[in-house]
Amino acid sequence: MSTETVTGETQLAQRRPRPARTVRAGRVLDGLIRSVVPVVLALGAGAILLLALGRHPLAFYGDIWTNGVENSAWQDSAIRMAPFLLIAAGLTVIFRANIWNLGYNGQFLLGAALVSGYGPGLVNDIPLWAAMVVLFLLAGAVGALWTLIPAVLKARYGTNEIITTLMMSFIGIDLASILIKGPFHDSTTPLPQTAVLTKMLPNIPGTRIHVGLLVAFAAVLVVHYVLTRTSWGLRLQIMGANPRAARHFGIDLPRLIVVAFLVSGFMVGLAAAADILGLQGYIRTGWNPAYGDTIIPFVFLARLNALAVVPFIAFFSVVSTGGDIAAADANLSTNFLLVLVGLILIFMTVIEYLGRRRELGASYLTPGLRQALRAPLVRRRST
Amino acid sequence: MWEIETSTVNARNDTGAPIVELVGITKSFPGVLANDDVDLTLRRGEVHCLLGENGAGKSTLIGILSGLTRPDAGTIRIEGVETAISSPRRALELGIGTVHQHSTLIPALSVLENLMLGDGRGVRLDRAAARRRLAELAAQLGVEIDPDTRAADLSLGHQQQVEIVKALWRGSRVLILDEPTSMLTPQGVAELAKVLARLKAQGQAVIFITHKLHEALSLGDEISILRQGRLVGTIVREALRSKSQEELRAEIVRIMFGEEAREVADLAELQEELDNVEGTARVVAAGADTVLELRGVSSPAEGSELGVEDVSLGLREGEILGVAGVDGNGQRALAEVIAGQRRVSAGDIVLYGGAVTRMNVAARQKLGLRYVTDDRLGEGIVGSLPVGLNLFLKRVGERPYWRNGRIQRAVVEGRAAELVREFDVRTPFVTTRAATLSGGNIQKVLLARELSFHPKVVVFHKPTYGLDVRTTATVRDLIRKLADDGGAALVISTDLDELLEICDRIAVLSRGRLVGVVPNGPGAAEHVGELMVGGRAGLEAA
Repeated sequence: MSTETVTGETQLAQRRPRPARTVRAGRVLDGLIRSVVPVVLALGAGAILLLALGRHPLAFYGDIWTNGVENSAWQDSAIRMAPFLLIAAGLTVIFRANIWNLGYNGQFLLGAALVSGYGPGLVNDIPLWAAMVVLFLLAGAVGALWTLIPAVLKARYGTNEIITTLMMSFIGIDLASILIKGPFHDSTTPLPQTAVLTKMLPNIPGTRIHVGLLVAFAAVLVVHYVLTRTSWGLRLQIMGANPRAARHFGIDLPRLIVVAFLVSGFMVGLAAAADILGLQGYIRTGWNPAYGDTIIPFVFLARLNALAVVPFIAFFSVVSTGGDIAAADANLSTNFLLVLVGLILIFMTVIEYLGRRRELGASYLTPGLRQALRAPLVRRRST
Repeated sequence: MWEIETSTVNARNDTGAPIVELVGITKSFPGVLANDDVDLTLRRGEVHCLLGENGAGKSTLIGILSGLTRPDAGTIRIEGVETAISSPRRALELGIGTVHQHSTLIPALSVLENLMLGDGRGVRLDRAAARRRLAELAAQLGVEIDPDTRAADLSLGHQQQVEIVKALWRGSRVLILDEPTSMLTPQGVAELAKVLARLKAQGQAVIFITHKLHEALSLGDEISILRQGRLVGTIVREALRSKSQEELRAEIVRIMFGEEAREVADLAELQEELDNVEGTARVVAAGADTVLELRGVSSPAEGSELGVEDVSLGLREGEILGVAGVDGNGQRALAEVIAGQRRVSAGDIVLYGGAVTRMNVAARQKLGLRYVTDDRLGEGIVGSLPVGLNLFLKRVGERPYWRNGRIQRAVVEGRAAELVREFDVRTPFVTTRAATLSGGNIQKVLLARELSFHPKVVVFHKPTYGLDVRTTATVRDLIRKLADDGGAALVISTDLDELLEICDRIAVLSRGRLVGVVPNGPGAAEHVGELMVGGRAGLEAA
């Protein structure tokens, strides 16, 4: 039992209510602590690992900074951000609803395959801007379509979406391979790959950054607005926080589940389009960047806030851009960067646990997700 | 701290020796001091009543005694020897048996099998010995228990008897009964009183937990009153014998609400009014229109709770209609089909002559059909959202609070502030998260949501469950006001006293069916009790 069970007139602990503004400021501060501390701790632990491997941690981190930010390296980092941000936006939507869409890799690759397959022809047949719009929408539509089966199963029968989205993801990845070897194969090469795009997304004037990044920022803003200001966002939040309450309030849950899935898949599809049309230019079989896997920790670090995810994505883009080179310089595998991401996840879990005990602001998770994850861990308490 | 008489000095003369002594028990949970330096002495052959509001710390204390929880500080002495009760198993070994509020029997097993579950000694099950033990205990308690009946087929009263047998199975000396009357019919309570008398005669020490004053007064040999985790007073055997019921009542109320001496007189009246079983009958105009009608409504069961089957009832303008019944007999299904949260499989729901059977929650809400749920935390509020927003969660997307899908924060917060004032919700700000409110205030949030914007027909599900005396009175006043203003209320409650106090008629729900409607008045309690039991027996025979 917590404070709500205190009956009578005098509260057990006489707490004078703090002014609303202080409460709000306090919450923002708590949020910052929750978000930044795991990253700092992970970098610290990574430093210890580097020392153990006989590398100089400061030199390594400095190398990341040099190659990820300085001179015009920040532009390379920014280019990487586009697909990351779009995937993050899509995951934010669905996680807010307390639903796990873990099929992002399949959704991403199918979108990427279709864009690479139809793109080379389309950019030459119709005006470039029209071709780009069509390709973005096509990738989005395919991503959305690929969530439809798990969505309907979840909405109608309550089927566990973690399993269905993962299964659909495997199917999607292999289907993308089949498409690349079959109908989308570039006949001029024996390699299993599509034709290379002759025209790509234009750059933002004065930079090497393609306009896909602008699309991504726009998507993040729209998602943030919808989630925080609109009735649809509120319904989604209620469903995520307390599905039984949502039913009590008369929210059409099945429909909301399906729409949330479609939006999420659509965003992941857009990410694929931005990556292919802005950076990759073609796709070959076996290529699976699995962006989503590395993005998930940052979505939760941002506590499912679409705007707060931006600095984290920026941070990660710098680490991965500069890190690729720094790792090579230090004669380390680039997988060391994944170790850093893994460390962030571990420290998030630690902070989540400590935060619960020390009232350290709100959780990374929606109440429903938290309940589901903690239920088996938390000892039952009788009061 | 109020003390009428201290319990330490004069108790040993004519009663048994202390079996269990709790000294300075303290237990805190994050944010709550559940038990604060509590002393308690249990004696052989005595029923010790533990009285207190929900959240006063009764359950924690019982948890400590039954080995579920370990205290942060304090000592437990059993027959004078300091002992640690480290686990439920240890508690049983020490002779402390517990009957929990909700049944712990396994429905699919027979009575005998349920009782033998606790044995666990040896590989082979000794049925013959178990049968003998059951017969012995049943004889001691003066009850008849068929060893081969499935637990699922027992009435709640019988289930409780089996639970008591189970608690005594391994020779307990201390029996803990956690709110044993909350699920019983009036007849069941009378049966329980007889069993208690027998237990006392055999020298058992019994802890009887309740939040009903009259039960404590009629069944207890000693009454301890907990408030906010502290033992705020004890009324010893002598006082219970020598003083009149009215004096005792007034004293207990004073102890329970000690800190506001000013309002004590008021509260004593309140408590008396709440305990007054023969309620004042209200007058409903003879020719009043039927505002809500259920015609042969059925809805299937969900999970372990029963659905409703072929329920027909009419609610007239200005009427308060009660629905009595033992918990789990279809109350939730009834409330939810009316609210629109649950589909009906057959039948029609008619509001003011128009069918609303196919309408969703929002549409019914707009027509003035409202539902105050009993599951306040589970579905009544979204704890992580502000109080103000919680007041509008049944009108998400509606003008003027949302325009073109965009929330109008100023409008929502302004109107929320008005509602908070009107319904006296004690919250620091409308932007405070709802989960931080107390239970009573959360109920006020629900009431403010359902009773604003022209309510007409309102379903109240256990509207005062777990609330303190004052909030209970407020809620009942609101229900009466709704009916007086030309609305109508359907009050579903497992607390028969409550229904007798506020309702004009009382319908009885048993096994998902409506088995009868009784006009409120003298003798209604017995009649309702019979229907609760009879309906069950009738169905079993069929």
